[in-house]
Amino acid sequence: MTAELCDLTAHDLSAKLAAGDVRAIDVLESTLRRIDQVDERLHTFLTRTEGQARTQAGLVDERVARREEVGPVAGIPLALKDVFCTKGIRTTAGSKILEPYVPPYDCTPWERLQAGGAVLVGKTNCDEFAMGSSNENSAFGPVRNPWNLETVPGGSSGGSAAAVASGQAVWALGTDTGGSVRQPASLCGVVGFKPTYGRISRYGLIAFASSLDHVGTFTRDVRDAATILSAIAGHDPRDATSLPEPAPHYGAGLDAGVQGLRVGVMEDWLGTEGVQPAVRDSVRAAVDRLVGLGATAETASLPHADYALSAYYLIAPAECSSNLARYDGVRYGYRAPGGGDVMEMNMRTRGAGFGDEVKRRIMLGTYSLSAGYYDAYYGQAQKVRTLVIRDYEEAFRRFDVLVSPTSPTTAFRLGEKTEDPLAMYLSDIFTIPSDLTGTPAVSIPCGLSPDGLPIGFQIMGRLMDEATVLRVAFALEQDLRFAARPPLLEALSA
Amino acid sequence: MAEADTAKATRFETVIGLECHVELSTATKMFCGCLNAFGAPPNTNVCPVCLGHPGTLPVPNEKAIEYTIKIGLALGCRIAPHSIFHRKNYFYPDMPKNFQISQYDLPLCVGGHLDIEVDGETHRVGITRVHLEEDTGKTVHGGATGRIGGAEYALEDYNRAGVPLVEVVSEPDMRSAEQARAYLTELRATLESLGVSDVRMEEGSLRCDANVSLRRPGSEELGTKIEIKNLNSIRSLYRALNFEEERQQVALERGEPLIQETRHWDEGKGITTHGRSKEYAFDYRYFPEPDLAPLEPDPQWIETLRAELPELPAARRRRFQDELGLSAHQAGLVASSAEWARFFEATVSAGADPRAAANWMTGDLAALLRETHQSLTAAKVTPEHLAELVKLLDEQVISSAGAKVALAEAFATGASVDAVVEAKGLRQVGDSEALGGMIEQVIEENPAPVEQFRKGKEGVLGFLVGQVMKKSGGAANPKVAAELLRERLSGSG
Repeated sequence: MTAELCDLTAHDLSAKLAAGDVRAIDVLESTLRRIDQVDERLHTFLTRTEGQARTQAGLVDERVARREEVGPVAGIPLALKDVFCTKGIRTTAGSKILEPYVPPYDCTPWERLQAGGAVLVGKTNCDEFAMGSSNENSAFGPVRNPWNLETVPGGSSGGSAAAVASGQAVWALGTDTGGSVRQPASLCGVVGFKPTYGRISRYGLIAFASSLDHVGTFTRDVRDAATILSAIAGHDPRDATSLPEPAPHYGAGLDAGVQGLRVGVMEDWLGTEGVQPAVRDSVRAAVDRLVGLGATAETASLPHADYALSAYYLIAPAECSSNLARYDGVRYGYRAPGGGDVMEMNMRTRGAGFGDEVKRRIMLGTYSLSAGYYDAYYGQAQKVRTLVIRDYEEAFRRFDVLVSPTSPTTAFRLGEKTEDPLAMYLSDIFTIPSDLTGTPAVSIPCGLSPDGLPIGFQIMGRLMDEATVLRVAFALEQDLRFAARPPLLEALSA
Repeated sequence: MAEADTAKATRFETVIGLECHVELSTATKMFCGCLNAFGAPPNTNVCPVCLGHPGTLPVPNEKAIEYTIKIGLALGCRIAPHSIFHRKNYFYPDMPKNFQISQYDLPLCVGGHLDIEVDGETHRVGITRVHLEEDTGKTVHGGATGRIGGAEYALEDYNRAGVPLVEVVSEPDMRSAEQARAYLTELRATLESLGVSDVRMEEGSLRCDANVSLRRPGSEELGTKIEIKNLNSIRSLYRALNFEEERQQVALERGEPLIQETRHWDEGKGITTHGRSKEYAFDYRYFPEPDLAPLEPDPQWIETLRAELPELPAARRRRFQDELGLSAHQAGLVASSAEWARFFEATVSAGADPRAAANWMTGDLAALLRETHQSLTAAKVTPEHLAELVKLLDEQVISSAGAKVALAEAFATGASVDAVVEAKGLRQVGDSEALGGMIEQVIEENPAPVEQFRKGKEGVLGFLVGQVMKKSGGAANPKVAAELLRERLSGSG
C-alpha cells in the first residue's frame, strides 16, 4: 500500500512542509480522514478538536507561505492524553467526575508545543486518572488495539498509543507513572519514551501519584521521540520538582552508534514466569543485534527490583488518595444531585463519580497512610524505593544501559484480566522500577509474536542520561528496521 | 469565689500552652502568585493553583520562608538545615485541595523561647516550634439562622486560601491567665517589630488557641488538656482562661472527671462551650508533600537575616530605661509596640524630654486614641506636635491644663501646637501687672477664704489660685499667681 501523509514520521513531514511539498492542512486532513475511518472501532478519542486544528494548521501554512522558518513540531498533528489540561477544551482524565470539566489554563507541555505550531487533533481516551494497564478502566469505554480489535492497547495511555499506531496522530503525549507510556507503546508497536523525572514539567498534568508521574511521548520512530522531547523538556518555574538544568538538543548524537557500549541484560526478568516465549526470544535476538553493532552484553541484576511492584502499589495509591481528594463536587466537575449537607454531597459525588479501580486505590492509599499503619506500609515502601535507587546506581557503574522486555506479554484480550487486579498489575512489572527511580527508559518495537502482535524492547538509562538511551534505541531501530503495520490499516488501503 | 481563689492558690496549678497562627504580610500567597490582601470582594484573589484545579502545582514563596526564619530567629529558635512540607489530609469545603500543605515532624524552626514580664518578674516561655503552612478559605453559612446547624446553604470565599500562615507553638510553660496575656502581647509586639504580619486579631491575621489544664502543685504530670478556640482578642484569651481555670477547678473539687476536648469561647456569654471530644479526633494521614522539594535554607542566608533583625521589644524596653530614663512601667507601655516606639523616639528626637513624652503618650494621647478608635499611625497628631507641647509646658509658656486643651485640638485638627496656643489664648499670663487686677477681684469676691488664710490656714491658697486661673480662662501662670497672692495678703496684713 502507499502510506498516507498521516502515516509518515514527523521529521519526514516537517521536511516536506519546509520544502513546500505539502501543506499543514493536507497533513491534517489526511489525519482527520483516518480518524473518521477508524476511531469508531478503536474509540481512541474522548474529545476531537478538528475546528481548532484547522485554524492551527492554517497559521502554519501562512507562516511557511511567508517563508518564515517554522520549527520541527509546526504543522504536525498531535494527540494529548486526556490528563493534560487544555484551556477551553474539555479534559476528563477518563473519569465521570471530570466529565464536564473545561480547564481555565494550559499545561506546560501543550503550551510549549502550541507555541511551536503544533496541531492538536484531540484528547485521547485513557484509564481513569491514569490508573490501569489495559485502558479498560476508562469511564467512557475501552480503547481497542489497532493490531487486533479483540485485544487491549495497554494502559493507561492506551488512546495515545493506539492513535499513533493507527495514523490518527503523528505523535502523542502520554503519562507514565508505572509504565503507562512504555507498556501501551509496546503493545501497540510504537516508540514510547519516558525521560528523567522532572525533565518535563508536570504543571497542568492531572496528578495520579505526584512523585511517580512522568510525561512521556509516543512516536513512530526514535528521531521523532528526540524531537518532541526537545520541544517540551526544560525547567518550568511552575513545577517545583522540575529539573533546573536546561534540556540539551536530543537529536544531536543520535547516530553515534553503540560501539563499546556496555549493555546490562536483565536475565532475572527474562526468566520470570509469565514472560511469553516469543517475547523472550525477540528480546534476546535484539540483544544479539546490539552486540553485532559493537556493544558488549552481560548479565545485570537489580536485587531489590522484585519488591518494586509492592512498593509501587503502596506509594502510588497513598499519593493518589490525597491527590484525588479535591474531586468533591464543590468547585468544578461533576456534582451528584440530591440534598443533605456538604459531606453527604461529597460522598454521593465521589461514590458516583469514581470507578472501581480508582476507589480501590483511594482505599488502599488511605489505609496505608493511616495512623498506626504508616511506618509498616508507606514508610517501608519508601525505604524499598531507596534500595531500588541504590541498585540502579550500582548497576549503572558497570553498565551504560540496562535492557529487558517492556512487558511480559503482548496485547491481551479485553476482559482477560479485569477480574484479577493482581494479574493486571503484573503487566507493569518491568516498567515500574524506572518510575520509582525516576530514570529514563524507552520501549521500541523489536518484533511480532506468532499471532502477529508487537513486542517491545525496553532500554533503561541512568538519571539525566536520556541521550544514551535514545542513541541505543536509534541504533537498534536502524538495525531492526521494524516496518510491520496493523492489519487494520492494510485493510483500509486494500 | 473567694473560696475558689484560696483553693486555686493552694490546691491546683494552672498549666497553659498557646498555639498562635500568624498570617504573613507577603505581597502574594504561599504557593501561587495571587495577591495576599484582606477585604477584597469574595473570590477575586484566586487562580487555578489556589482553587486546587486539577493539574496545578505549588511553588513556595521565598519571602514567606524568609519571614518564618526571621520569626524563628527572633524567638531564639534553631533554623533546621533540612525541613519538609507535609500534607495534612481532611475534607472541608474551604480547603480547595482537601489537604493543607503544612509541616509536621520536620518544621523550619525549633526550640526557642520568649521572655515575658508579669508583676516585675521575668518568665521564660519555651517555644516548641515555628512552622509554615497555607491558610484555608472562609465558609459563610447562609439561610434562616446563619449558624452552621441551621444553615440552608454555605458560600465559599477562597481569597484567603493559600495565604502564608505561620504557627508558633509554645511549651506549656505559663501558669496564669496573666502570663498567657503577657506572652501573646509580647509575641504580637515581636511580630510587629519584625514587620512580617499585620498582627490584627480582629481581622484574623493573628489567631490563638489555648491549651489549659490543672494539676496538683509539684506534680510533674499534666492534667486533662482542654483546647480553647475562637479567641479573637487578647482580652478574650484572658477572660476565657480565667473562666476555664475556674470551671475546671470546680469540677475537680467536686470530683467530676474532665474529658479531653476542644471548647469554644463565647465572647457574648463569657463562657466556653463543648466543641469536639478527643474520640472524634481526625486522622490527618500526614505524608511528605511530593510536589515540593525539602527546604534547605543556605546558612549564609540565615546569618544575613540574623544580622538584619530589627531591635525587638525586650531590647527596646531595656534601652528606653537605661538610656532615656523611663521607668519600667513607662518603658513597657511605650516600647511594646513598634508603632508606639517609633512615635516616642521621633518625639524625643524632636527635642522632648523622654519621660514627659512617655507620660503624655500613655495618658492623654492614649485616651484620645481610645475615644476615637484610631491607631497612632492613622492619627493626625505627630511627634512634632507632642515635642512642641512638652517644650512649651516645660518653658511654662502654657499650663498643663492648657496643654491638655492644645493636645486635644492638635489631635482633632492636625494644627500646630503654636497655632492652637495662639488661637485659643492658652499662653500663660505671668506678669504681675496683668494678674494684679484679677487678684484684687478674687480677694474682694472671697472674703471668707481670705480671712482663713490670714489666720494661717495655708491650704486655702490653692483655692484662691484656682479662682485666679478660672478668671484668666486657664491662661494665668499658677506659680506666679500664688506668689502674688501670698505677697498681697501678707503685705497688707
